[in-house]
Amino acid sequence: MKEITLFFQVHQPMRLRTYRFFDMGRDHNYLDDARNRTAMQSIAAESYIPANEMLLNLIRKYDGRLKVSFYISGLAIEQMRSFAPEALQGFRKLAATGCAEFVAGTYSHSFAALAGREALEKEVELHTAMMQAEFGVRPTAFFDTAMLYDDAIGGMIADMGFKTILAEGARHVLGWKSPNFVYANPQDQKVRLLLRNYRLSDDLAFRFSDSRWNEWPLTADKFAGWIRESEGETFNIFTDYAAIGAWNKEQSGIFDFIKAFVDNVCRDDDMRFATVTESAAAHQPIGVLYVNHETTWADEERDTSSWLGNELQQEAFGKLYAQQENVRRLDDPDFNHVWQFLQNADNFYWMATKWFTDSNQQISGSPYNSSYEAFINYMNVLSDFINELARRAESSGIEFAPLDDKTTEKPTSIINP
Amino acid sequence: MRVLMFGWEFPPHIAGGLGTACYGMTRGLAKNGVDVIFVMPKAYGDEDQRFVRVVNASDVEAVYREDGISEALWNKVSFMQIDSNMVPYSSPEEFACEHEKWLSAGERNLRRGDVWSERYTFSGAYGANLMEEVARYAVVAEQVARDLAGQFDVIHAHDWLTYCAGIAASRVSGKPLVIHVHATEYDRSGENVNPAVYDIEKAGILAADAVITVSNLTRNIVITRYGADPDKVFTVHNAVRFAPGDDMAAERFLDDKIVTFLGRITYQKGPDYFVEAAAKVLQRTNGVRFVMAGSGDMMPHVVRRVAKLGISDRFHFTGFLRGAEVNRMFALSDVYVMPSVSEPFGISPLEAMRSNVPVIISKQSGVAEILKYAVKVDYWDVDAMADAIYGLVTYPALGHMFADKGHEEVTGLKWDNAAAKIKAVYEHVTGAEHNAASI
Repeated sequence: MKEITLFFQVHQPMRLRTYRFFDMGRDHNYLDDARNRTAMQSIAAESYIPANEMLLNLIRKYDGRLKVSFYISGLAIEQMRSFAPEALQGFRKLAATGCAEFVAGTYSHSFAALAGREALEKEVELHTAMMQAEFGVRPTAFFDTAMLYDDAIGGMIADMGFKTILAEGARHVLGWKSPNFVYANPQDQKVRLLLRNYRLSDDLAFRFSDSRWNEWPLTADKFAGWIRESEGETFNIFTDYAAIGAWNKEQSGIFDFIKAFVDNVCRDDDMRFATVTESAAAHQPIGVLYVNHETTWADEERDTSSWLGNELQQEAFGKLYAQQENVRRLDDPDFNHVWQFLQNADNFYWMATKWFTDSNQQISGSPYNSSYEAFINYMNVLSDFINELARRAESSGIEFAPLDDKTTEKPTSIINP
Repeated sequence: MRVLMFGWEFPPHIAGGLGTACYGMTRGLAKNGVDVIFVMPKAYGDEDQRFVRVVNASDVEAVYREDGISEALWNKVSFMQIDSNMVPYSSPEEFACEHEKWLSAGERNLRRGDVWSERYTFSGAYGANLMEEVARYAVVAEQVARDLAGQFDVIHAHDWLTYCAGIAASRVSGKPLVIHVHATEYDRSGENVNPAVYDIEKAGILAADAVITVSNLTRNIVITRYGADPDKVFTVHNAVRFAPGDDMAAERFLDDKIVTFLGRITYQKGPDYFVEAAAKVLQRTNGVRFVMAGSGDMMPHVVRRVAKLGISDRFHFTGFLRGAEVNRMFALSDVYVMPSVSEPFGISPLEAMRSNVPVIISKQSGVAEILKYAVKVDYWDVDAMADAIYGLVTYPALGHMFADKGHEEVTGLKWDNAAAKIKAVYEHVTGAEHNAASI
């Protein structure tokens, strides 16, 4: 029996407003509410709401034989509560069918794992609590931001009690091995790894609407046929939920494709859908997979260079997590909220310069005109946050941790000394 | 005395110090009884097809109306704008870049049916590159000089973009040419001068009947690098204009001391030395923030350097500031630093002093020649610069002393006096002083 695992990431960043030096010390509203509302409402209308409805109908139609899994970031849930409650309601309905698994991850869609165990634990604790509150089930599987994974991160996640971890089936990690089997983490071999089949996933997410692709148009029979012909036990199609309805618009036929694909699989006795936890439990690990370096699902490199590749990103990341202890000691709801959205990895992604030399160009999806603007604006907000943090601590008599050099160390060195 | 003046920018639309200087100068000349016809380039949109227009002084002055300048004074000044997309402070390379953008935004052609367009229909569009545009501007200037024959006694051209225009106007009218050197190619580009720009500068300097430089520093460059006859080169230092509202106190929301750099972020202004000095100061004290206000081609480099030094939570960028924002920035500042590698004059420290801000200036600036109450350091001496910043923010008495004395000093620098010197140069070249003496 081949298990097909459909997993979708749901995340929307909280975009910062243009925050100028002149605002510092005076105005502590950092978010661009209008922009965030527009973005959330438009993605909900295009993708989340109709896709939820489709999946719910399919689950009913095929008597619960369709299984799906989601990671929904805490920031996305907060914004759905504010701007698109109908989308959130759709996820709750899916949860109620028992056919949707909600996977744990970072609350802020952050790279807290690279800032150390404490930062990661805090993020996961918040996210797990939110999943339990929203959907009534405590997550058992784990997806780190952008599929971030290596042996050490896997070890930390295992220590938190998760039994299944999603990771990228990166070519440089697998070599001749296939992503279509369950693997084990070398530090804790009870932990099972589900690896993303990036070919099938990207066929669906990125190539489906591309008429220059030699397999275009992609039909459900063709897609299911590829799985049927492939060797393996578990086929992991992991992508962003925006692939249904936003990246591939409704007129591309993506909704009909999903319906036909589900129908095709449900009529085949050798294939079935499974949630990530079911899929990992259904098969014995075929071997231990060693991942020495951080892998993600991004770009050709499949590493963290899009987020932490240049000095701007490393500086901002280091300066942010240097405040971790202070935020913890103060533990004020207002400050915790800001701390969450400042950790969001998108902030660092928008500072990337890896694709062009002078980077006076805009990164797609970025609210900024250039990487430098992204950095300047983020640092203005962060500087004001640090300043206010110190002011509040002073007025409430909390003693702050002295800044030692360790906390401002470059993020990459924390994991790989 | 009547002067035909070729400039390239005028408030409120300015990109740098030249516009501010032209404004103060024109005003000072008017007070000294000189009539000024101010000609400048201005790129118009599609809606208007005239090549030259006479602009009401009150229109140009819209923003500055409130400072109480008398109408009678402005009657002595008239404005002409020549349709041109010449951009101040741009190199030929940058212009080529901008021009591409401009072309893609839609080229336009000359339409008929207007008195001015009838007269200036020698060319249908802007020049293809900056050099061509400079030449085109000179052709228009020549026609302007013909039309205004008998209405001016001397021609005054500011910086290299307008030298050709000045020379052309001088040739057709036979009136003496005064060129005003606010900056040379050596200031802008170090030793890597653009030979085409250098040639125009040299032609202007040699053709002129008199050369006015903004400092002795620039006077030396003009004499040694361009071979000007020392007898015809005169130094007239710039001054600073006081306007109501300059002394406004901005409310402060940060407890830290603010150290400011305000200017174009280019090689000439030495922004990287400011960054290095900031890092040194921040090693010693935490109660300071550094602000870099402006934009320019070195910005990405500077941002990266700030990140690399790990001081980005204490070093902020504001982008380009205009008008009231500049005053606000000064009002928030505790120290103003101008670390220019080469600064023919440098008007911004005077504006800072006017706002009671102590200033640190590089010895390689023209303004260093006239200021006593400013800390002067070599631009490359980041240790000395860091020392001075640390001293001014840490010892209040020192800061107060420089602020008070500096304010007093800068109050004494009046455009009226500078304009009187310029008028004397006019009289020198027109021979009016001899007439005056003989009468």
